[in-house]
Amino acid sequence: MRRWPLTETSVTESHQEHAEHPETTLGVSNDKLGMWVFLGSDCLLFGGLISTYMLYKDRIGPTDLGAEEMFDIPFTSVSSFVLLMSSLTIVLAITALRRNDIRRSRIWILSTAILGAIFVGGQVYEFTVFYREGLGYTTNLFGTSFFTLTGFHGVHVTVGIIFLMSMYIQSMRGKLTSAQEERLEIIGLYWHFVDVVWIVIFTIVYLFPQ
Amino acid sequence: MAIVEKEEASGELEIGEAVTSEEKPLGAFTRPRGGNGWKDWLFTVDHKKIGIMYGAAGLLFFVIGGIYALFVRLQLARPANTILSAETYNQVFTMHGVVMIFLAAIPLAAAFANYLLPLQIGARDVAFPRLNAFSFWAFLGGGLFLLSSMFIGGWWENAPDGGWFAYAPNTGVIFSPSKGLDFFAIGLQITGIASLVGAINLIVTVLNMRSPGMTLMKMPVLSWMLFIVQLLLLFAMPVISVALFLLTFDRLFDANFYNVAEGADPLLWQHLFWIFGHPEVYILVLPSFGVISEIIPTFSRKPIFGYPFMVFSGITIGFLGWGVWAHHMFTSGIGPVAVAAFSVSTMFIAVPTGVKILNWLATMWGGRIRFSTPMLYATAVIAMFTIGGLSGVTHALAAADTQQTDTYYIVAHFHYVIFGGIILGFFGGFHFWWPKMFGYFLSEKQGKLGFWVMVLGFNITFGPQHILGLQGMSRRIQTYSQGQGFDLWNLVSTIGSFLIALATLMFVINILTSWRAFKAGKTPAPGPDPWDARSLEWMTASPVPEHNFDEVIQVERQDEFWHRKWGKNEKGEVVRRATAEEVAHDGSNTNVHLPAPSYWPLIAASGLPIIGYGLVYSLWLCIVGGLLILGGLYGWVFEPVDDPNAEGDHHDHDGDKTNLTLDEGSDATNEEVAID
Repeated sequence: MRRWPLTETSVTESHQEHAEHPETTLGVSNDKLGMWVFLGSDCLLFGGLISTYMLYKDRIGPTDLGAEEMFDIPFTSVSSFVLLMSSLTIVLAITALRRNDIRRSRIWILSTAILGAIFVGGQVYEFTVFYREGLGYTTNLFGTSFFTLTGFHGVHVTVGIIFLMSMYIQSMRGKLTSAQEERLEIIGLYWHFVDVVWIVIFTIVYLFPQ
Repeated sequence: MAIVEKEEASGELEIGEAVTSEEKPLGAFTRPRGGNGWKDWLFTVDHKKIGIMYGAAGLLFFVIGGIYALFVRLQLARPANTILSAETYNQVFTMHGVVMIFLAAIPLAAAFANYLLPLQIGARDVAFPRLNAFSFWAFLGGGLFLLSSMFIGGWWENAPDGGWFAYAPNTGVIFSPSKGLDFFAIGLQITGIASLVGAINLIVTVLNMRSPGMTLMKMPVLSWMLFIVQLLLLFAMPVISVALFLLTFDRLFDANFYNVAEGADPLLWQHLFWIFGHPEVYILVLPSFGVISEIIPTFSRKPIFGYPFMVFSGITIGFLGWGVWAHHMFTSGIGPVAVAAFSVSTMFIAVPTGVKILNWLATMWGGRIRFSTPMLYATAVIAMFTIGGLSGVTHALAAADTQQTDTYYIVAHFHYVIFGGIILGFFGGFHFWWPKMFGYFLSEKQGKLGFWVMVLGFNITFGPQHILGLQGMSRRIQTYSQGQGFDLWNLVSTIGSFLIALATLMFVINILTSWRAFKAGKTPAPGPDPWDARSLEWMTASPVPEHNFDEVIQVERQDEFWHRKWGKNEKGEVVRRATAEEVAHDGSNTNVHLPAPSYWPLIAASGLPIIGYGLVYSLWLCIVGGLLILGGLYGWVFEPVDDPNAEGDHHDHDGDKTNLTLDEGSDATNEEVAID
C-alpha cells in the first residue's frame, strides 16, 4: 500500500520514521506547516491592533491620566519576565518528551501553563488597578485601544493555557509520549509566537512612552 | 486489534465529551459512514463534494444577490420611482454588494479551489480534510446569518444599510441604530474565519501535497493563481477581522474606535477596510484569470504562452495589490504626497495585468481555436476585463478620479471588472469542468445562446452606466428627478439587467435539460478528457472517483497529461501517442485509504452563528454557541482521522476488501492506518 500524506494529526509512532523519509513535499508535516501559516496570518491581526493603538495612544481627555502616569513598569516587567520564562519551560517540556521522559515533560508542561496563568493573572490585576485609577474601557480612546490590544493578547495566552492543560491531561492518561512529540512542538510554536508578540507589545505600549 | 482501538478512542474522548461507550467509540453517535444520501454530503470531508457544495451555495447566493440587483434596477428604471423607500433601498444595495462579494464571488472561487487544486497537483485530498468541511459550514452559517437579518425583527427592518464597504463612522450606532450592521460585522467575521481556515488549508496543500515531480513551476496556472489568492486571503482576512472587531466593540460595548465625537480618526475604518479591500479585488479576480488560463490553451491547442510570465505577473499582482489601497480614498483628504504615491502604484499594477492579457492573446495567436462555450466565455473575459481595466486606469489619475468618485462611472468600472472579469470567467469554468465534475456535458447550443444573452445583457446593463456617471449621476442614490438626462440610460440599464437574469435562468435550465438528455441516453458520456485538455484533473475518470487517482502520478513536465497523450515523431511533427482513455486512470483502484466522514466540523461550525445571534440579542446564547464549538473541537481533535470501524475506506466501490484485512492484521494504531 502506498503511503499518502493524508493525516490531519500525525501522531503516530511512525512519525519519527516519517521524518527520515519525508512524505510531504517540503518534508515538514502538514500540521506544523499549518501552524506556521496560521501564525503568519495572526501577525497581521496584531499588526492591525497595534497600529490602532499607536494611532490612539495619546488621545485622552484633558483630565485623564496618560500612559506614562498609568503604567507600573516594574510590575509589568516582572510579569513579562514570567511569560518569557514560560518559553523556556515549554522547550524543556518538548526536549523531555523527545527523550520520552514523560514525568519531566509533564512537570514542564504544567509549569508553562502556570507561568502563563500568572501572566494572565497579572494582566487582570493590572486592568483592575487601571480601572480604579479611572481608566475604564470607554473612558478615552487610549483606554479603549489599550484594553483591546492587551485583551486580545491575553485571550491568545489563555487559549495557549487551554492547549497546555489539554496536553497535561493527555499526559496524565498516558497518551502523550515521544510519539506525540510533534503535538507539543506545534503548541510550542504557538506559545513562542504569543511571547514574541508580547515583547513587541511591551516595547511599544509600555516602554516607548517612558 | 480492533478492541484496542476502541478502548483508545473512547478513553481519549472522555476529556472532551465525557461520553464513553464500547460500541460507539466516538461519543453519543456512531461515526458517520459514507453512501447515505444527504448524510453523505452533510458529514463529508471529500474536497470534491465540498467544492460542489461551495459552488451550489455560491450560485444560490449569486441568484439572491441578483434579485437584490433587479430591485435596485427596477427602482432606478424611471425618475422619481417609489418601488423601494430610501431606507429599504440602502439596505437592498448593501445586501447586493455584501452577498455578491462575500457570499457569491469568494465561494465560487473556493468551489474551483477546493475541487480542482488537489486534482491539479495530483493529490488525494487537501491537507486537512475536516478543516475543509469546517470552512464550508462556517461560510454557510455566516452567510445564512447575514441573510437572516432581512427577516429577524420585521421584514427589512434589520438588514445592514451601510454599503458593502460599511464606512465608519457612518456605520456607528449613532447613524445606523438598527441591528443591521451588527449582523454585517458578525456575519462577515464568521465568513472571514471560513476564508482564513480555508486559506491555511489550501496553502499547506499546495506546499506539501504535490505529487512527486510536481514542482511549483510545473503547476498549472490555475493552481498558481489559486495559491496566490490563498496567500492574499491569509494576510487580508485578519485585517478586516480587526476592523470588524473594532466596529463590533463600538456598536455592542460602547467603545469609540470610530466615534469622531470622542476624538476618533474618521479614516481609520477606511484604511483598515481598504488594506483588506484592495487585495480582496485580486482575491476575486485571480481565480478567474486562472480559469481562463486553463481554458484558452486547451481550446487554442497550444501551451500557455510565457508560463513563467503568467506565474510571476500573478505574484506581482499579489504583491502590488497591497500597495494601492488608498486609491479608494483619493477624495478623503489623505494629502497630495499619499495621493501621488498611490496614483503611481495603481498605474503600476496595470502592467502585470497587461502582461496577462497579452499572454492570453499570444496563446490564441496561431492556435487552432475551437469556439466552444468555455472558450467564448474566456475570450469575453479578456475583452470585458480590458474595458474594466482601462476605466480603472482612469481612476488611477487622481485628478480624473476626483470627478468620478461616487458616480455611476465607478459602478460601471467595477462591474466590468467583477462581472466581466470574474463571473463570466466562472461561467466559462462551469461549462469547461462540468463534464469532469458531474459526468455529463452541458448543451453547447444552449450554452452558446446563454453566453450571448449574458454578454449582451451585461454590456447593455453596465455600458450605459459609464455615460450616466460622466453625466454626473451619483451612485447609492435612491432616485433622481426628471429632466437631468438620466432617464433613457437608466431604463436601458434596467432592461439589460433582466437579460442577465434571463441568461442565469438559461444556465440553470441548461443544467437540468442536459442532465435529462444524458439520462435518456441522447448525449454521449464525456469520458475522462472531453476537451483534449492538459492538466492532471483530466487524467482520471469523470466524474472524479472519491480517491481521485488510482496511483501516484510521477510528473515530469508541465502539462504532464498532454505530453502523455501527444509526442513528436522523427520529423518533429506532433502526433498522438496515446488516447486519453489509455493514459487516464479509470478509477477502479479500491485499495486507497481515505479520511472518514465526521460530524465534528459541522457541529463546531454551527456554534459560530449561534454566538453571532448571542452577541446581537442575548449573551446567554453565546455560551451555547461557545460550548458547541468547544465540544466540537475536542471531539474533532480526539477523533482519529480514519474510522477504525469502517467497513471499507473507499465508499464508491464495494468489491475489494484487501485493505480491510490488511488493517486488522497489522499492528498499526488508528492514526497509522490513516496514513497508510
